[in-house]
Amino acid sequence: MTPEIGHYAVALAFVLSIAQGAIPLWGAHRNNSLLMNFAAPAARFQFIFVLLAFVCLVVSFIESDFSVALVAQNSHTLKPLIYKISGVWGNHEGSMLLWILILAFFGVLVGELGTNLPSSLRARVLSVQGLIGAGFIAFLLFTSNPFLRLDPSPVQGSGLNPLLQDPGLAFHPPFLYLGYVGFSMAFSFAIAALIEGRVDPAWARWVRPWTLVAWTSLTIGIALGSWWAYYELGWGGWWFWDPVENASFLPWLLGTALLHSALVLEKRDTLKSWTILLSILAFGASLLGTFLVRSGVLTSVHTFATDPERGVFILLLFVIVLGGGLLLYSLRARSLQGGGLFAPVSREAALVLNNLFLATAFAVVLVGTLYPLVLDALDAGKVSVGAPFFNATFVPLMIPLLIACPLGAKMAWKRGDLRGALARLKAAFASAIIVLAVALFLDDDRSILAACALGIAAWLMVGASLDFLEKIGVSRRSTGEVYRRLVNVPRSFLGATTAHFALGVMVAGITVSSVWQIERIQIMQPGEKIEIAGYNVIFDGTRQINGPNYSALQGSFSVYRGQDAITILLPEKRSYPAENSTTTEAAIHTNFYSDLYVVLGDADGKGGWATRIYFNPLVPWIWAGAIMMALGGMLSLTDRRLRIGAPKRSLVHSNAALPQDR
Amino acid sequence: MLILFLLFASPTLAIQPDEILQDNGLEQRARVISKELRCLVCQNQSIDDSDAPLARDLRLLVRERLQTGEKNEEVIAFIVDRYGDFVLLRPPVKASTIALWISPLALLLLGFFLLLTWFRKHRKNVPDEIKPLSDQEITKLKAVINREDG
Amino acid sequence: MVARVTFLPLVLVVAVSVLFGIYLWQIGPGGKDISTLPSAMIDKPVPDFDLPPIQGRPLGLGSKDLKSGLSLVNVWASWCPPCRIEHPYLMDLANSGMVIYGINYRDKPEDALRFLANLGDPYERVGADTTGRVSIDWGIYGYPETFLVDQTGRIRYRHVGPLSPQIIDTILRPLMKKIAEK
Repeated sequence: MTPEIGHYAVALAFVLSIAQGAIPLWGAHRNNSLLMNFAAPAARFQFIFVLLAFVCLVVSFIESDFSVALVAQNSHTLKPLIYKISGVWGNHEGSMLLWILILAFFGVLVGELGTNLPSSLRARVLSVQGLIGAGFIAFLLFTSNPFLRLDPSPVQGSGLNPLLQDPGLAFHPPFLYLGYVGFSMAFSFAIAALIEGRVDPAWARWVRPWTLVAWTSLTIGIALGSWWAYYELGWGGWWFWDPVENASFLPWLLGTALLHSALVLEKRDTLKSWTILLSILAFGASLLGTFLVRSGVLTSVHTFATDPERGVFILLLFVIVLGGGLLLYSLRARSLQGGGLFAPVSREAALVLNNLFLATAFAVVLVGTLYPLVLDALDAGKVSVGAPFFNATFVPLMIPLLIACPLGAKMAWKRGDLRGALARLKAAFASAIIVLAVALFLDDDRSILAACALGIAAWLMVGASLDFLEKIGVSRRSTGEVYRRLVNVPRSFLGATTAHFALGVMVAGITVSSVWQIERIQIMQPGEKIEIAGYNVIFDGTRQINGPNYSALQGSFSVYRGQDAITILLPEKRSYPAENSTTTEAAIHTNFYSDLYVVLGDADGKGGWATRIYFNPLVPWIWAGAIMMALGGMLSLTDRRLRIGAPKRSLVHSNAALPQDR
Repeated sequence: MLILFLLFASPTLAIQPDEILQDNGLEQRARVISKELRCLVCQNQSIDDSDAPLARDLRLLVRERLQTGEKNEEVIAFIVDRYGDFVLLRPPVKASTIALWISPLALLLLGFFLLLTWFRKHRKNVPDEIKPLSDQEITKLKAVINREDG
Repeated sequence: MVARVTFLPLVLVVAVSVLFGIYLWQIGPGGKDISTLPSAMIDKPVPDFDLPPIQGRPLGLGSKDLKSGLSLVNVWASWCPPCRIEHPYLMDLANSGMVIYGINYRDKPEDALRFLANLGDPYERVGADTTGRVSIDWGIYGYPETFLVDQTGRIRYRHVGPLSPQIIDTILRPLMKKIAEK
């Protein structure tokens, strides 16, 4: 019965989404407040129905109801509960339902929290959300129904791919979808603004929190996926420029550009056309990712079950939503003119440069990802575009961006003083040079590139710190004043500074772990000792153990530093009988600035075992940096000014709408 | 189509201890070459990262040929002769890929060009400088301000 | 200029979508398999090799044996399930007079012989490629693979995956006839 309720709920949601899409839009056109006010309740009920459907699906998974085809294909009674639940979105149909749930959730949030928006704008935003929702629900209902039944129902399910039975990967999709779908808010706002014919700083301020939520979630989602790859795949790699990874990175790049561009729009009422374009393209990139992953045009570990028929439906959605949005943009772009001027050296200019490099990076990753597909479609041959290409092209594009970051932060709006900014960053520059010199000195290979990268990391980290210290008035004001400023520092400033600092942390982590990784691959007999990076690792032997739905061969490695026992590492080779596959689990010891990483290999038949031991210096800083960046986003989100929001035209508030310095 | 016998059951190890060459210089070259060659039975991995038997065979082949004194380019060419350009993770520069390799610089230049054009056009709409007030205007302004205070 | 440049993203999106549409059509109704690779050995002479026979079977296979007439070279192994599936079609081809040679990839002699005893032996000659090195020279990446070699010893066609009557009738036979006519 539960699956039927779920199915019916989705159908109801479909009808509601169409109504939500059409009625308020018409109401806004006619300035009919009754019709416009239909939006929020419609969004509310659409969300309730979609939530009901989702809950029904989750219940089916938890109860291991194998009469539901999806549950039979993706679950098993012996699977731990948390993976029964995460199995709901570990497949195409369930993840589509999650996507739709999040879409409806954002809709209801706008309905409930967007009371300070002008009613016509809110109505239009919800309408566009509704229309997008209708498209995706139609896709679900007609090509990817999660509630299809099996008759007779099997006694046991096929289980979930063991690779997905993992905490990191269980939560990777929800965060990703919050990000992808979150950008639909910026899209809806942009379309609504284009229809209204008005884009102004108030609009930018309304859009900012939604973009921040999307961007922060996407950052976390990508970081989770990358971290999972690191500890699961067994050789310490964490980014492969796989087409599906790129598909998640593309909206992130545009989202970052959008955050910065919207800032310029908000403060200086310029870059309107570009910001609207970015809002449309960011969600377009999300849709592109959906298409690439679910249509069968790519072969990748990440893709879901491929089906060209589904591909056609998603392609249509892609063309209608993105094409429609861009068409409206092209027709209305003329009316988005005007705004503040700025000098070639100014904060606006720095942010424009930021956008230029981010947009170019986006375009390069896009071209590299789609190129093999394009050539194959034109029957012009098969090529591979892999990590070597992306590393050679993406990294150089990031360097000017990273160098400009602390400089831009120090510039004034409208007309900046480059010399002054450099003077105030003296300490950051000095640190960069010192770090560069030390790195060159300590490195046996004298790698110039690595040393420069570390110099840039220091430049970013010290630069952000200097920014913060200057803001709270250290060395210029009295201690009391500094303390008062510290307590009252605007959250959005704190958020941005944290994120820029985090960027430096990530660059350091990426550089050091890539260049100075130590690898020891050998056959070890029980009792043998290996020395690596000052650690002594002794192989104690292996034994069989059992887990809830797997059996494993577990190796034991005692780790010492000199005489001190540090830890015992227990890597495993697991065998999942239900799914008939095996995984290798690495054992990692981290002290948060380096990782000792041990993997058990195959037996050599003579009592010895192949072992791989890695020392990954500073690799935890990669994830730490990502988390810090997300934290920065969250801090910005809690800024008081975003909650109060810009007032309606008829009222004048004293503090809320005054443009303060960041 | 169950064509390929994809042994990608699970990601496990890549290089085995028995593959590693004694000569560290040659071994490092083998690693560098391996990172540029695609594992054809895997999804987007290099033969350095993959645990498929074909990847292992190719790794061994690379090391064998290096030991006969071949240069890196010659070893790679040997494999490309048999498997085509697809095996290269860094696409070769030829007529069909020139668009790909030019794109980063071309896109950046395009972006700069659009930016400069917009900037120049934008500036034309508003005067560069605001003319300072003339003495007459200053006197008038002062009078207005004083009147309001009074 | 502003108005015209703003149409650029739309134009690009439409162009890319059309390409996607074409690609989807190729994959779906067109039946294109995007995961198979074209062989780099087409129209090249067969690689030089000389493989010993499977232990327990008389005739091995070398490149010299492939220059006397039209033949099929089939790369197979006893542990490869698709090889089992295509084997009856190979038997049919052999019975109808086609010359078929085999390269036995990384197999134990007893397993290979058992395979042939159970399912039939269509091969005039079989080379035992126990190290897999010769197969790499042929550009093998998936099993089974079947090559059409002409009388001058040049590779004219490669099929990856099990043969089917459809492949044989629609591709192999017409190609063989065309070569024989020259």
